[in-house]
Amino acid sequence: MLAFALGAINGQRLRTALVLLAMAIGVAAVVVLTSLGEGARRYVMSEFSSLGSNLLIVLPGRTETAGMGAALMVSETPRDLTIDDAVALMRHPLVSGVAPVSIGTAAVSWRQREREVPVFGSSAAVLPIRHLEMAQGRFLPDADLDRAQSVCVIGGNTRKELFGSEAALGQWLRIGDRRFRVIGVLASSGSSMGMDPDDVIIIPVASAQQLFNTSSLFRILVEGNSRDALPQVKAHILRTLKERHQGEEDVTVVSQDAVLKTFDRILQALTLTLAGIAAISLAVAGILIMNVMLISLAQRTAEVGLLKALGAAPDQILRLFLTEAALLSLLGAVLGLLLGLLGTFLMATAYPDFPSSAPLWAISAAVLVALLTGLLFGVMPARRAARLDPVQALMRR
Amino acid sequence: MTDLLELDNINRKFQVGEQTVHALNDVSLRVSRGDYVSIMGPSGSGKSTLLHLLGLLDRADSGHYRLDGQDVTALSDQQQAEIRRDRIGFVFQFFQLVPRLTAIENVELPLLLAGVSVDERRQRAETVMASMGLADRLQHRPDQLSGGQRQRVAIARATIMQPALLLADEPTGNLDRQSGEEVVDIMEQLLQQGITLIVVTHDHDLGRRAQRQLHMVDGRIVSDQRNGDSA
Repeated sequence: MLAFALGAINGQRLRTALVLLAMAIGVAAVVVLTSLGEGARRYVMSEFSSLGSNLLIVLPGRTETAGMGAALMVSETPRDLTIDDAVALMRHPLVSGVAPVSIGTAAVSWRQREREVPVFGSSAAVLPIRHLEMAQGRFLPDADLDRAQSVCVIGGNTRKELFGSEAALGQWLRIGDRRFRVIGVLASSGSSMGMDPDDVIIIPVASAQQLFNTSSLFRILVEGNSRDALPQVKAHILRTLKERHQGEEDVTVVSQDAVLKTFDRILQALTLTLAGIAAISLAVAGILIMNVMLISLAQRTAEVGLLKALGAAPDQILRLFLTEAALLSLLGAVLGLLLGLLGTFLMATAYPDFPSSAPLWAISAAVLVALLTGLLFGVMPARRAARLDPVQALMRR
Repeated sequence: MTDLLELDNINRKFQVGEQTVHALNDVSLRVSRGDYVSIMGPSGSGKSTLLHLLGLLDRADSGHYRLDGQDVTALSDQQQAEIRRDRIGFVFQFFQLVPRLTAIENVELPLLLAGVSVDERRQRAETVMASMGLADRLQHRPDQLSGGQRQRVAIARATIMQPALLLADEPTGNLDRQSGEEVVDIMEQLLQQGITLIVVTHDHDLGRRAQRQLHMVDGRIVSDQRNGDSA
């Protein structure tokens, strides 16, 4: 039976080749597109995990209202987070580091060169929390948070743009209307969450507040001792800040995990969408299979009549044509798989940073869907073949 | 013992455009085992329809058909297919060989449908083909064979299941005289093995070779003669 179907497929090479191509493209599209989506997901995940997973982020204002029940009090003007808030948060045994963050953009100039650069006000604690590394010099000194020292640490790219080939360490540059001495240059190690260490200037948080003329913080990063300590640290943050803010819980604490999960969900959806789009081409391939089977049936009407005369039962004819359709889609799927894996491989070679590899579920789903569409669209022609009137079929030559 | 074929009051009508064609009009017929019957008549006389009906390729609108004592009129498609496979062989005017299969693969087809194993298929097909002088043509494709050879392949295929009934529709209609002779000789040899042979033909010479000759006109059997020597 299988050999017979193979022979039938082999008998019409060009048509078979075209159908195989269509099916192959469909399967390959699923494989390549899902591996792109998966790659994007893994890329983002790895970027985020460089942030450190014991991290809690304190934002001013309540953006999350779930789970608070009656205790929730709506504050119309949330109090700002201040440096004193950050200092208060340090006093807990499970907190290993607190980094206040103040962000702005300022014109930075050295001699004739001027650039608009994101300015990141923080403290010495941000170095380990953000997994930053130094290329030259040292990081901000571990001083009291409210001391506005005139020192700065600059990103590698910023250094290049401002100083070119001249030494940057020890130079005084102008940020806004103040002067800062360069004490260190950051190594470029993976950007994370809105801050590219290549393109930034980090100054003490108090200096940043003076520079931007504000007393509030953008957010506070709190690192716990361990992952297990996070719930306790979170409670501590909420309790402390509530006390400091006249009993109003007007901050939001987001864990790194929550952010990761959200992104994971979004990118998973993206992958599924891509897979869905690719699946459309599989359906088109299925229709092509139906088309080819119908043409094949039209050409082999006499053969079907003959098989019936020789004693082939209707369900034998049905199986014969279904086998043919299944073979077509199976061969197409295998071909497509090879094509898709080749494409993924080429992608991985061209962009080694981007971890693109097709997920197993997508590969198996693609092959399965290919087989199913082949069979599904093979049913109609097969049933038509099985129902053929042998006398009529034999008379057509 | 009952006759191999028993037909009672068979009617078969076709709708051709506005007209109803009465292809078989109240046909009743008995054919005994081992008989050699020819059916002759002008085009449209219903002889091919009768042959198709005997071969279970077509169903009667009314009447009864018993094959080997079994009423086959009301059997399901599935059951009729099995009877075709095991008890009936067909030979057609245009050979009806599958062009992409070799001669021996064509002969093996009925065995394939019956689910016989590969080795046994090959062996039985070789035996039958050798008996028809095709031993050196096993691996040829139909388009590499002469008309006479093709028809012999078709006969080998029709008889490989050792059917009780062999139905031939204009078996020599597409052959030159000499090839036709060979083919008829082979079919007549099968009679000695006890097969029942029914041949539909326009060819009077061929028709006269049968022991029993039926003539059909307008869907009726108008004469039923036996050759003097066998009567």
